[in-house]
Amino acid sequence: MGISRRAALKAMAAATAGTVATAVGTPKAKAAVVAAPPDAVGMLYDSTKCIGCKSCMVACNEANDLPPDTALSGGLWQMPLDLNERTKNIIKLYQDPNDGSHAFVKRQCMHCLDPACASACLLGAMKKREHGIITYDPDLCIGCRYCQMACPFNVPKFEWSKVMPKMVKCELCNHRIAKGKIPACCEVCPTGAVIFGEYTDLLAEAHRRIDKHPDRYVPKVYGETEVGGTQVLYLAHTDFAKLGLPTYGSDPVPTAVREVFQEIYQGIVPPIALYALLAAVMIRSRRQLTGEGEEEKP
Amino acid sequence: MTAYAQPAAVQGAIFTRPVRALTALAVIGIGLVVWRFVVGLGQSTALNDGYPWGLWIAFDVVTGTSLACGGYALVLLVYVMNRGQYHPLVRAATVTSAFGYSIAGFSVVIDIGRPWLAWKLPLFWHWNLRSVLLEVALCILTYTIVLWIELAPAFLERAQASTIPWIRQLAKTWLPVLRRMLVWVAALGVLLPTMHQSGLGTLLLLSGPRLHPLWNTIMLPLLFLTSCIAMGFGVVVLESALSSRLLGRRPEMEMLAGLGAVIRPVLHLYLGVRLVDLIVRKQINQLFAFDSYSVMSLIEFALFFGALALLREERQRRDPRTLFRAAMLMLLGGALYRFDVFLIAFQPGPQWTYFPSVTEILVSTGLVAAEVVGYIVLIMRFPILAGAPAAAPAS
Repeated sequence: MGISRRAALKAMAAATAGTVATAVGTPKAKAAVVAAPPDAVGMLYDSTKCIGCKSCMVACNEANDLPPDTALSGGLWQMPLDLNERTKNIIKLYQDPNDGSHAFVKRQCMHCLDPACASACLLGAMKKREHGIITYDPDLCIGCRYCQMACPFNVPKFEWSKVMPKMVKCELCNHRIAKGKIPACCEVCPTGAVIFGEYTDLLAEAHRRIDKHPDRYVPKVYGETEVGGTQVLYLAHTDFAKLGLPTYGSDPVPTAVREVFQEIYQGIVPPIALYALLAAVMIRSRRQLTGEGEEEKP
Repeated sequence: MTAYAQPAAVQGAIFTRPVRALTALAVIGIGLVVWRFVVGLGQSTALNDGYPWGLWIAFDVVTGTSLACGGYALVLLVYVMNRGQYHPLVRAATVTSAFGYSIAGFSVVIDIGRPWLAWKLPLFWHWNLRSVLLEVALCILTYTIVLWIELAPAFLERAQASTIPWIRQLAKTWLPVLRRMLVWVAALGVLLPTMHQSGLGTLLLLSGPRLHPLWNTIMLPLLFLTSCIAMGFGVVVLESALSSRLLGRRPEMEMLAGLGAVIRPVLHLYLGVRLVDLIVRKQINQLFAFDSYSVMSLIEFALFFGALALLREERQRRDPRTLFRAAMLMLLGGALYRFDVFLIAFQPGPQWTYFPSVTEILVSTGLVAAEVVGYIVLIMRFPILAGAPAAAPAS
């Protein structure tokens, strides 16, 4: 009698503790950067070329049918503080408190190679689709906001002001790309600070610029390895962390979830096996319980 | 083996003064739920793009379902560990679980932004099988149904005594069928909470880069699972103590003291994993940094260790007051742990703050009040609690 019970308990322990332990116990192999999809496109933003004119913000709102966020300026001009339900793209200013030097930084969806939002999303509303662009399908979104909890760059925004809200985030102007155009922000940028292109070309271009002008850049392409790599890449002469781009390792955000969750539930077989074991053990227990002259009443 | 009485409905008036007060709170809460659907989440809650999950998720769903683990913990004990002596507690525990999970499910519908599309959840061809939240949502949904099926015999037993012939007949036909298949349902009742209670911890692994190191560990699923089992037993103790007090019955001290003993190894496991994990990840020094994070963690530990200290000796566990206090400390510890992981450890950035709005708080209290009223109505109308007044063995 003890055997199958012990087996069931063991299976339960394995289903929870065991896999967790192996995930922790094995030393992590140096995580390679995730491979980009073959048709991946992206953007390269060069902070040293940006003059902070914000025409990309205006163009973005126009291209995406978003009303400008004018709340802070008393309705006069577009003035968002951060990405929000009306802002898929923003230019921010960093000013060094010591020497007064400054740098601009553009923020929008990074289009991660292994996106946390897509791992979080219940029905695949947020998904890496054509060209590796993470697009949003409101018809599959129940508004749980787990993508917001998951995104390491705090990008997806929720229409808090609406009774029937949607999520709002940069989709790399995929509706324009489908028509053979390029993202609005890249189209209007007067200095070429942000350019659109194939991911591999942009990565090569970024390195070329660093090699050519080592004095002008921090010797690093932000987004090349961060959270497994992103399809939007950054160059700057200021420490990226100061620009608000968080310091992350090369492990994709969904790594831990993959290690515990997907491995335990692999092919749904372990839960079914556990269920069968539990049922066997419980039938036996019930027989003992009812054998003592008591009717079964859980 | 202890002989125990058949479950029976508790006699007496339902709408006493405290129950009327609770009903009022419930009505206010429901009213504000309507308000939330009229004006939207932005106006009715303090949620924002930094803190997209607030009180309703951290309290009603995550803490609420862990407090509703009484049914899970007892079925685990009685049927999987084969401790038949605790069987009389199962039905009452299942009632609180059924209510807790139903309320949690309702809270999810209030909290999600696009509930009119929630019907798409069962459409399996859309499922994102990598989504932990999908697993949690489907498990909670199914388990809520499982809990009500587990309770169905109580309703059918009552229906047997009905004056309406066809209801009597219905009960007579279905009761034996239900009893035969119930064990298959009960097995689901162990499998599903094992999956989704650990899953609630797994959820935050995806926020890993923005989670404070004191809580950010791959052990989250195991910590959530072990603590919810301990909390399940704690709730049974608490609920027995409260209902015996309110209804003038003698508590089943023999069984409750036994549960007190069962809680200890579960708590040892939880605390062991938590501490060893902090040491292995070299974050144990963070525990004594005495910033707000370390203080919150230390309070968690104090509550759990306090509960363990109160449960140390048989003599303490047999004292209703000490046992009750231990259960309270442990439940507070488990609840705080969940709050800490979902609201304190989560750090979206310095520009974001969150404190629940009045609406959020009143909706949460209203739902808890509704749950308590529902529980009282149920135990007074249906055969749920075992033993007649003063029939339980004196301790």
